[in-house]
Amino acid sequence: MSVTMPPRDEAVLARRDQIVAALRRIVPGEGVIATEREMRPYESDGLTAYRQLPLVVVLPSTTEQVSQVLRYCHDAGVKVVPRGAGTSLSGGALPLGDGVLLGMAKFNRVRSIDFADRVAVVEPGVTNLAVTKAVEHAGFYYAPDPSSQIACTIGGNIAENSGGVHCLKYGLTTNNVLGCELVLMTGEVVRLGGAHLDAGGYDLLGIVTGSEGLLGVVTEVTVRILQKPETARAMLVGFGSTEAAGDCVGRIIAAGIIPGGMEMMDRLATEAVEQFVHAGYPLDVEAILIVELDGPRVECDHLIEQVSGIARDCGALTLRVSTSEEERLLFWAGRKAAFPAVGRISPDYYCMDGTIPRAKLPYVLQRTRALSAQYGLRCANVFHAGDGNLHPLILYDANQPGELERAEAFGADILRLCVEVGGVLTGEHGVGVEKRDLMPTMFSDIDLAHQQRLKCAFDQKGLLNPGKVFPVLSTCAELGRMHVSGGRLAFPDIPRF
Amino acid sequence: MTDTLAPRDAGEVEAAVRWALGAGKTLEIVGHGSKRAFGRPAQTDATLDLSALSGVTLYEPTELVLSARAATPIAEIEALVEAAGQALAFEPMDLGPLLGQPPGAGTLGGVVATNLSGPRRLKAGAARDHVLGFTAVSGRGETFKAGGRVVKNVTGYDLPKLLAGSFGTLAAMTDITIKTLPRPQTEASVLVLGLAPAQAVAAMAAAMGSPFEVSGAAHLPAAVATAAGVAALPGGVAVTALRLEGVAPSVAHRRESLLALLAPHGSCADLDAGASRALWRSIRDVTPFAASEGGDAAASPVWRVSTAPSRGAALAAAIASACDARILFDWAGGLIWVALPPSPDAGAAVVRGAVARCGGHATLVRAPAAVRAVVDVFEPQPAALAALTRRVKESFDPQGVLGSGRLWAGV
Ligand SMILES: Cc1cc2nc3c(=O)[nH]c(=O)nc-3n(C[C@H](O)[C@H](O)[C@H](O)COP(=O)(O)OP(=O)(O)OC[C@H]3O[C@@H](n4cnc5c(N)ncnc54)[C@H](O)[C@@H]3O)c2cc1C
Ligand SMILES: Cc1cc2nc3c(=O)[nH]c(=O)nc-3n(C[C@H](O)[C@H](O)[C@H](O)COP(=O)(O)OP(=O)(O)OC[C@H]3O[C@@H](n4cnc5c(N)ncnc54)[C@H](O)[C@@H]3O)c2cc1C
Repeated sequence: MSVTMPPRDEAVLARRDQIVAALRRIVPGEGVIATEREMRPYESDGLTAYRQLPLVVVLPSTTEQVSQVLRYCHDAGVKVVPRGAGTSLSGGALPLGDGVLLGMAKFNRVRSIDFADRVAVVEPGVTNLAVTKAVEHAGFYYAPDPSSQIACTIGGNIAENSGGVHCLKYGLTTNNVLGCELVLMTGEVVRLGGAHLDAGGYDLLGIVTGSEGLLGVVTEVTVRILQKPETARAMLVGFGSTEAAGDCVGRIIAAGIIPGGMEMMDRLATEAVEQFVHAGYPLDVEAILIVELDGPRVECDHLIEQVSGIARDCGALTLRVSTSEEERLLFWAGRKAAFPAVGRISPDYYCMDGTIPRAKLPYVLQRTRALSAQYGLRCANVFHAGDGNLHPLILYDANQPGELERAEAFGADILRLCVEVGGVLTGEHGVGVEKRDLMPTMFSDIDLAHQQRLKCAFDQKGLLNPGKVFPVLSTCAELGRMHVSGGRLAFPDIPRF
Repeated sequence: MTDTLAPRDAGEVEAAVRWALGAGKTLEIVGHGSKRAFGRPAQTDATLDLSALSGVTLYEPTELVLSARAATPIAEIEALVEAAGQALAFEPMDLGPLLGQPPGAGTLGGVVATNLSGPRRLKAGAARDHVLGFTAVSGRGETFKAGGRVVKNVTGYDLPKLLAGSFGTLAAMTDITIKTLPRPQTEASVLVLGLAPAQAVAAMAAAMGSPFEVSGAAHLPAAVATAAGVAALPGGVAVTALRLEGVAPSVAHRRESLLALLAPHGSCADLDAGASRALWRSIRDVTPFAASEGGDAAASPVWRVSTAPSRGAALAAAIASACDARILFDWAGGLIWVALPPSPDAGAAVVRGAVARCGGHATLVRAPAAVRAVVDVFEPQPAALAALTRRVKESFDPQGVLGSGRLWAGV
């Protein structure tokens, strides 16, 4: 493990039995897991290169229990790491050896559905797909659809502000969540938003979304549900170069079309997926584009016509339009299985997640190819093309000495490149422990201090998920210090009247 | 007389805040000051006038992104994106007429800092959903940035959301990056006539629950519809309006489908693109409650209430049963604009009582300064949330130099 975690609190480790006993008084029975064997499944999340057994695992099932656990840990100075399904790809749910792992899996009920208001109230341990399952009988769905949607939870989605292949048109988690119940580290319970829009006051819901479990524990969520489009059809287009495919994406948007989804895969990714899923992807092209258009049939037909013309102008080599729902889902099945498919052609892979201004795509791909040669590691590319979110998958073998380190160095170079061209380190997977030490490539110390002080407003003692997101842990007292000089204007000539 | 500082660039904004910190002064941030009548009256020592920080610095339509200095006139930005076939999808309202100011004023910073949006909010989101990044000077006198220029970004906390709707109480934004989107090619509206509010809310729920991508759902009771000043409306009858936007063949198809869906709810009519545009502009700017320029309409208070759409009719009825209210429903019943006769508390007891029963929150958008000084303009918060809000304020502005008291006392 190449990142340094906060120093272990020996006093907490020495008091382990006492802490476990206290937690058992709050969450009885099987809700507290303290044996090494039973804690093993919790030692890592989707970023499996990092592993750490927690001090103890607690699985509360009520808000009151969460509140009591947090209050106890707050008073006893014990760190807490929240966990949903553990599919985070950035180590957000990586346990701490001296910290409680707070598993939210028992919060698995859909509390209410209101079709008139188009909202569902769910517990945070409900999986993303289960929300759609709960409302689809009435023709509704929950829009954000991460590829991990069978497993990942709404609580995890909020913490990571997860996206999906349809977020170009329908938004990320943050645009589809209306409210939540949040337990602060002190045990205080606050409600943010609700079934109405734009809660008054500061947009704390907007801050909690994407906060990677550092600000509070989410115990209930109100999400917006949407009526399914009348029809949806997908186009599968093959190009002779990734540049041509990228150009096509830009021209579709320039024509005023925002497709329901627009995804790109390069040759290596396409080959891996085709072997695995047999989606009928063309194998003699350098890049494929999946463009989904949705809405009334007349609109789909109209837009498919337009997009076909644009694709031809961009030199498309192959072009298929789905003619049935099965075929549309098959086109997507390949894309949604891209990560596991790449996992089959390599012992290990490392998934990156930078976002770039779309026009920089050819340059970034060219530099990535050069880096691939330099590090001697293959790289398959999968992109949310519409919004410039890249998922380079670096292929390596952890059993070969030095390969993991090389893969990590390669990945870090790709992310620095994303920032260099005006993009960002992570589009949807989160900073976690993985990208933590790269934060200074994007943010100054002052930028980071403003974010960390916000954490202090929620968690003064810094006990909730420390060691994630921020490269340097400072106490809130240090962060709060201010140096005020004088009362003299540094630029005395500012116009003043 | 209050002192005004008018920095010419971002560096001078930082210097000005540092001066205020050192001198123990408080500042009110102003873009054009066109919306100063909104919020608790400022109790600041000096004004930080950002109007010199103007100009679009980047606009790439194919990347759907625009950056501008914070005090760039919103009208300039809207004209620029319109010429490129794009729009600000959150349809920012022009509060000017409601507040008795000329229309068309205001800055990008003001629009973001107030997080107001228009009828399309229920489909496309508010300003908060379209701010990608910013640079600002916090109440600590430090320049910092957050977010970026791309839509998919979870690198660090989403501070652009926090600054949206912060009313200048956390930081003075100097540069802002927002998302632009293609303009809908055309639009049309379907009307259901003569419905009572509860029936209208049911009709709007049916429309919103349909797959026809309704991008506006409003109900104007008869008197309010008449005051909307839209010639194409039938007149003398309540109007429930549903807007459809997009490419022409799709709009035509959905118009027919929606007319069929709503026929059982009442007698229907429809509006073509021009009339539809006029109607939604009037709804967006709450024209029926506009204050005549320089007139004394400001004495008649206007509230903006956000609630769950299905509670909209009950909430409005609770207010109307207690006082002589004029009401306009937007967001399928989830946004209620309420105009009341003048009274010492601007009707706060009635409005807040109804909100307490039905859920949501109420903002006093228009009232004389004397009333806004004694009545909470923004919904009072429960204790734990109020304390958290105060800690958030202090984390950006520990000495309370920026806009103090604009939201609540001390915040
Ligand atoms: C194969 C695969 C495909 C993926 N595809 C996508 C994709 O398409 N798009 C995408 O965005 N992501 C994707 N991911 C990443 C991952 O699934 C998401 O980040 C997901 O939201 C994590 O949810 P989880 O329930 O597994 O959370 P966990 O991994 O358990 O936790 C993630 C973070 O959330 C916090 N957390 C969890 N629950 C709570 C709570 N109740 N309160 C407060 N904090 C909490 C944790 O502390 C941690 O920081 C993929 C992952 C895999 C393995
Ligand atoms: C096409 C059009 C659309 C409009 N849309 C809207 C709208 O959606 N919402 C709206 O309120 N008005 C809108 N207006 C104008 C409206 O009439 C308001 O007067 C205007 O937004 C207020 O902007 P201002 O710059 O004058 O803000 P001011 O009245 O100067 O300030 C409003 C609030 O924002 C804060 N603020 C202003 N600038 C900054 C900054 N740079 N950093 C931090 N805080 C800041 C202030 O402290 C204050 O709390 C629009 C006008 C036009 C022509």
